[in-house]
Amino acid sequence: MNNIFTNAMARNTIYGSVLVILLFFVLTFGTVRTLPERVHHENITPQVVLGKAVWEQNHCVGCHTLLGEGSYYAPELGNVYQRIKHQTNETHAGPFIKAWIEIMPTDAPMRRQMPNFNLSKTELNALLAFLKWFSEINAANWPPNIEG
Amino acid sequence: MLYSSQAVAKPYFIAAIALFVGQILFGLIIGLQYVVGDFLFPILPFNVARMVHTHLLIVWLLLGFMGAAYFIVPEEADKELHSPKLAILLFWVFLIMVVLTLLGYLLVSYATLANLTGNRFWPTMGREYLEQPTISKLVLLIVAIGFVYNIGMTIFQGRKTVINLVLLTGLIGLAVLFLFAFYNPDNVVLGKYYRWWTIHLWFECVWLLIMAALLAFVLMKITGVARELIDKWLYVITAAVLMTGILGTGHHYYWIGTPEYWQWWGSIFSAIEPIPFFVLTVFAFTMVNIRCCEHPNKAATLWALGTAVVAFLGAGVLGFLQALAPINYYTHGTQITSAHAHLAFFGAYAMVVLTMISYAMPMLRGRAAANSHRSQVLEKWSFWLMTVSMTFIALLITTAGTLQVYWQRFVAEPLPFMAVQEKLVVFYWMREVAGLIFLIGLVVYVISFFVGGEDKGETSAGVN
Repeated sequence: MNNIFTNAMARNTIYGSVLVILLFFVLTFGTVRTLPERVHHENITPQVVLGKAVWEQNHCVGCHTLLGEGSYYAPELGNVYQRIKHQTNETHAGPFIKAWIEIMPTDAPMRRQMPNFNLSKTELNALLAFLKWFSEINAANWPPNIEG
Repeated sequence: MLYSSQAVAKPYFIAAIALFVGQILFGLIIGLQYVVGDFLFPILPFNVARMVHTHLLIVWLLLGFMGAAYFIVPEEADKELHSPKLAILLFWVFLIMVVLTLLGYLLVSYATLANLTGNRFWPTMGREYLEQPTISKLVLLIVAIGFVYNIGMTIFQGRKTVINLVLLTGLIGLAVLFLFAFYNPDNVVLGKYYRWWTIHLWFECVWLLIMAALLAFVLMKITGVARELIDKWLYVITAAVLMTGILGTGHHYYWIGTPEYWQWWGSIFSAIEPIPFFVLTVFAFTMVNIRCCEHPNKAATLWALGTAVVAFLGAGVLGFLQALAPINYYTHGTQITSAHAHLAFFGAYAMVVLTMISYAMPMLRGRAAANSHRSQVLEKWSFWLMTVSMTFIALLITTAGTLQVYWQRFVAEPLPFMAVQEKLVVFYWMREVAGLIFLIGLVVYVISFFVGGEDKGETSAGVN
């Protein structure tokens, strides 16, 4: 075996990765170019940006997922706006989500608890705007159904 | 131990084990919170405990890698470490950063921590695995750069072995890819896209190079197999890791708003991602089979074989199980993902660091080539307790995840998330029991360090 497959040949196999890296860059270029359309970049308002900051600075991803990424302790929130709208209607979805966040925690014994984050009205509205914008992202038809 | 500067590895290893214990304790807390939802609430909400769990995971593994590199590189480069003083200084800087970050997580609310550390000026917080305040990330980056400089200079001025070069490549990759942790654009999808350049390319690419180099070093030392043969395997493993792992990133880009073509590229390259793990396993067993001497450190040999096997099962098999796009459509972001993460992290990284500690620690403590028989027996018990219980954890939450997928995503009338979670309680309880057994294994592991007895002497190994 030593004569057939030498150390130099083994080392040269590493150069194959150059092709892979090039392909990765090409696919990245394609992704970055199409993202503005897929995420409706024009809808990222200052309010949505503030909502994103509220989302991050309260560590929502420590319990929830956002398009499947995060923790698996609490429901998916990438489509939460659509889900609540599905359960209520267009006018009630927003107020419902805000009220839900405000009445936490439930303090029901043995149940998983969500802390109260003491969000201001501005922050609540911004968070809602963020979730609404996010629910309209083209995510290749994921999640499989409204339950997330 | 050939060089006195290798001794700087010792505090790194001790701190790594201490933080490992902390990680497991917090793992047990969040495991319990899965079934007793209000456990420790509101003092320690789930998100905080989980963040501590994953933060400790990453920092103890980083400490383990750094300690391992400080031990391996001088021996391989055939010279003293460039600057042992810098290594010790960076150790304390890193440890203080870790402890302050932990205190920040535990003592104030996350929003307060974000406020205190000026997250608004340079927002990088609040993303999975990247929860650390920006200032902590900067300290981590500085430590990584100083560490790579120290290691790089040692290799540059000394013998450039394949093990050293693969290790250095992995470590440079680690430092460079961490830069993406500082990029957090307003477009969340773009942020998610580049977050994986740190997270995925760490865990499934450059950390694997580090892991392969560590394993190759230990295998060479304990089997006495000729360096040329070890090098050849290491080349092939490196090539396999790079050619599968880089585009394997695509399996994170199926459903986060990125183009559909990733479903093809991600699936194709994920399908071949088990290959490097399989080669690693064959490598470890072949080297041990053709060993030319009997090293007295049987525990290290067990860890070396174990890390290859469990990495293959956790990363290769459980990873493959959900990496193809049509399957991942259902499994994405469920307990199945969590199962894979647990067994892969334990097998590939926790166990390789424990392999390295097992091999190096007796010498670092001024003992002979290996601990006493009694100490090794305990260490081997800890190996089996931890490995078997972690396998059970992975199997239990894979089963829970399968049911979760079925009820929440597969049936005609799907159930809400929390309704499904309530049906899975029995699996979460069993997972908690398995976690307790893991903790027992870890306690046995720690005790094994305090068991004396007659040390095992030198062997004919060391021709390399």
